[in-house]
Amino acid sequence: MKKKMVHIPMPWRYVINAAAIAVIFLIFMVLSSAGVITNYYSKILMLIGINMILAVSLNLATGYLGQLPLGHAGFMAVGAYASGIFMRTASGLPTGLAVLLSIIIAAVVAGIFGFLIGIPALRLKGDYLAIITLGFGEIIRVVLLNIDSVLGFNFTYGAASLKNIPKTTTFTVTFLCVVVVCFFIHTMMKSRQGRAILSIRENEIAAESCGIKTTYYKTMAFVASAAFAGVAGSLYAGYLGILNPANFGFMKSIEILVMVVLGGMGSMIGSLLSATVLSALPEMLRAFSDYRMVAYSLLLILVMIFKPSGLMGTYDFSFTRLFGGLLGKKTGDSTVGKESGE
Amino acid sequence: MKRIIALVLVLVLTLAVVGCGGKDKDSSIKVGLLGCITGDYAQYGVAVFNGAKLYINKVNAEGGINGKKIELIEYDDKGDSTEAVNAFTRMVDNDGITALIGSVLSGASIAVVGEAYPIGMPVISASATAAAFTYNEETDTVYSNAFRVCFIDPFQGEKMAQFAAEKLDAKTAAVIYETGNDYAVGLKDAFVKECAEQGITVVADEGYSKGDKDFRSQLTNIAAKEPDVVFSPNYYEDDGMIVTQARQVGVTATFLGGDGWARVTEYASAADLEGSYYCSSYAASSTDAIKEFEAEYAEAYNGEAPSMFAALGYDAAVVLVDALKAAEAKKLKAGTDDYKAAVIDAMKNTSSVGVTSKYSFDEFNNPIKDAVIIKVENGNEVFAQMF
Repeated sequence: MKKKMVHIPMPWRYVINAAAIAVIFLIFMVLSSAGVITNYYSKILMLIGINMILAVSLNLATGYLGQLPLGHAGFMAVGAYASGIFMRTASGLPTGLAVLLSIIIAAVVAGIFGFLIGIPALRLKGDYLAIITLGFGEIIRVVLLNIDSVLGFNFTYGAASLKNIPKTTTFTVTFLCVVVVCFFIHTMMKSRQGRAILSIRENEIAAESCGIKTTYYKTMAFVASAAFAGVAGSLYAGYLGILNPANFGFMKSIEILVMVVLGGMGSMIGSLLSATVLSALPEMLRAFSDYRMVAYSLLLILVMIFKPSGLMGTYDFSFTRLFGGLLGKKTGDSTVGKESGE
Repeated sequence: MKRIIALVLVLVLTLAVVGCGGKDKDSSIKVGLLGCITGDYAQYGVAVFNGAKLYINKVNAEGGINGKKIELIEYDDKGDSTEAVNAFTRMVDNDGITALIGSVLSGASIAVVGEAYPIGMPVISASATAAAFTYNEETDTVYSNAFRVCFIDPFQGEKMAQFAAEKLDAKTAAVIYETGNDYAVGLKDAFVKECAEQGITVVADEGYSKGDKDFRSQLTNIAAKEPDVVFSPNYYEDDGMIVTQARQVGVTATFLGGDGWARVTEYASAADLEGSYYCSSYAASSTDAIKEFEAEYAEAYNGEAPSMFAALGYDAAVVLVDALKAAEAKKLKAGTDDYKAAVIDAMKNTSSVGVTSKYSFDEFNNPIKDAVIIKVENGNEVFAQMF
C-alpha cells in the first residue's frame, strides 16, 4: 500500500524550504550570541561546512555522474590559491564584496581547470579516469609547490606557504555557501541536465542512443563539481589564513571520497551527514587522544560492512515530502494529494 | 527504521562527547602542549612532549608554582595546520589555557601563531625553526607573543656553510633537499647564500619531492660533479636513505646536515655515515647539565636516551615555567590578559638556564646561543665542537 500524502505545489515548496533554512540559521545565530557556540565550535562548524561543500560537489561527479575522479583536492587547491592571492591584493575593497568576488573567482578558476582536465580525462572510464584525475590532482599540487622556484617569482610561495590571507571566512558566509551550492546541485539534478547526467550513470550507451550528448553532460557535471570544490577552497583559504600545497595532497582527495562513499553515492543528505560526522568526529574525540584514530577507522569499517551502499544509500531527504507526509497523516485526507514521485 | 536508529545513535554519541570537558579549577595553571605525536614526524613530537612533561612533572612534584600545580592539556595535531588551529582554539575556548608549548613542526606553528597573536597568548615552541614563526616578513611585524628555543632555519644553513669553509676547507659543495619542505628549503637557501660569501662554489642543486624513496638520479648528478661536501638539510629518514644511496652511486664527499639529522644513525649504516657532520642544539653527554638530564629522562621513560627535541622540549618548559613564576609573583590571576602579558614580558627578558644553554632572546624572539657540531663516528653521533 502506498502512503498517501499531501502534495505541496511548487512555489510553496521553495517557501517552506527557505523558511526551514532561515530557522536553522536563526537557531545557530541565537546559540552563538548566547555563547553556547564558542569560537571553537564555530570553527568546527565552518570546517564541517567546507567539507560539506567538498562532499556534495564530489557527489555530483561520483554519485550522480557515476565517475570516480580522485583529484578533487587539486580543484580545491586551485580555488584556495586563486582566492588567497586575490584576497591578499584586494585590501582596498570592502570586505563583503571582496569575499564575494574571491568566492566567484575561485569557482571560475577551478571550473576552468575542471574543464581543461575534464576534456581529456572524461574520455576514459572507470579505473583509467581515476588514475588520470589522480595524476592531474598531483600535478596541480606539485606545480603550486615548485612554480615559484622554477619561474623565479613570488606567486604561491611554494613550500614556505602562502601567508597573510585575510581570515574572512565566517560562519554566515560558510552557511550561505553550503545552502547555495546544495540548492544549485539540487535544482540541477531535478532539471533536464540532471536527468541526462543520471542517465549517463545508469547506462552510457543507452543514454547516447537516446540522443543525449554524453561528452557534453559529463564535462558539464565535472566542471560544476570542480567549481564547487573551488568554492570550498576559497572558504578554506579564508578559514586558515595560510595555504600550503601539502594540505591538498592525494590523501585529501581520498578523505573527500570517503565522505561521499560513507554517506552513500548519489545521496546529497548522505554526503552532508557523513561530512558532518567525519569532520566533527576527530575533534569530538580529542579527549580520548590516541583512540580517536581507531574510532575513525572503525566507523568506516563498520559502515562498509553493515551498509555497503553508504549511510543513506541513494536516498535523498526532502523536507517538503516529509512535511507533506505529516500533513497527510494528520488530516487523513488524500484528495489534494497526488503521489509525490520525488 | 534501522537508519533512524543509527542516526540517533550517532547524534547521542556526538552530544555525549561534546558534553564532557570544561571544568574550572582555580588551583592550577593550565598550559597547552601541542604537537605531532602521531603521523610522519611523530618522533619529533613525542620527544618534545616527553621533554616538556619531564620538567613540568618535576615542578609539580616540588609543589608547583606558588602552591599551584601546572596542568598540561595535551593535544595531537598530526603535523597538520588545520588540526593545529582547531586544537589550539579548543585549548583556548574549552580548556582555558594560559600559555602554549607548541607546535612542533614549523607549518603548524605558523598557523597557530596566526590565531594566538591577536589574543595575546604566550606561545613557546621547542622546534619551530621557520623564521616566519616569530616574524612576519611581509608586514614587518614581530609576533611579540611567540618565542622559540631552537635555531631558525637560516642560522643553521649559514653555520654549516661557514663550518664547511673554515673547518673542512671545502671549495665545492652540492645540495640535495626536499622541495616541498619549508625547513629543508630554508636551510638550503641560507647555505647557498653563505657559500657565495665564503667562496664555496655550489656545483649541484638537486631537489626531490616528499615521499621519494629513490634519490639515485639526483645523486648520480652530484657524484659526477665531485663536490667536497654535500649538504642534505632534510629530516632523518630521508637523510639516512640519501647517504646510503649516495655511497652506492659513488659520492665520496663529506655529508653535512641540519638538526633534522638527529638519530640518523638508525636509518643508515655506520660505514656510510662515517665522518658526516650536522649542527644541532644538543650534544649527548657533553656537559654536566645534560648528563643529569639524561639520567632523569632515562628514569622517567624506560631507559630511553633523549634526543635534541626532548632537550628542547625540556628547555621550552623551563623558559615558560620561569615566566609563569614571574607572573605569579605579581599576584595575577591565571588565565587573565594581564597574566598572559606578564608571561610574555617575562619570557622576552628571560635569563633562564635550560639543559642545552642559557637563554636570552633577540629582537625577533629567537634565542641567542652557539651551535653544537655533531660528528658521526662508528655509528655514534658524537659531540665534535661548539661553533
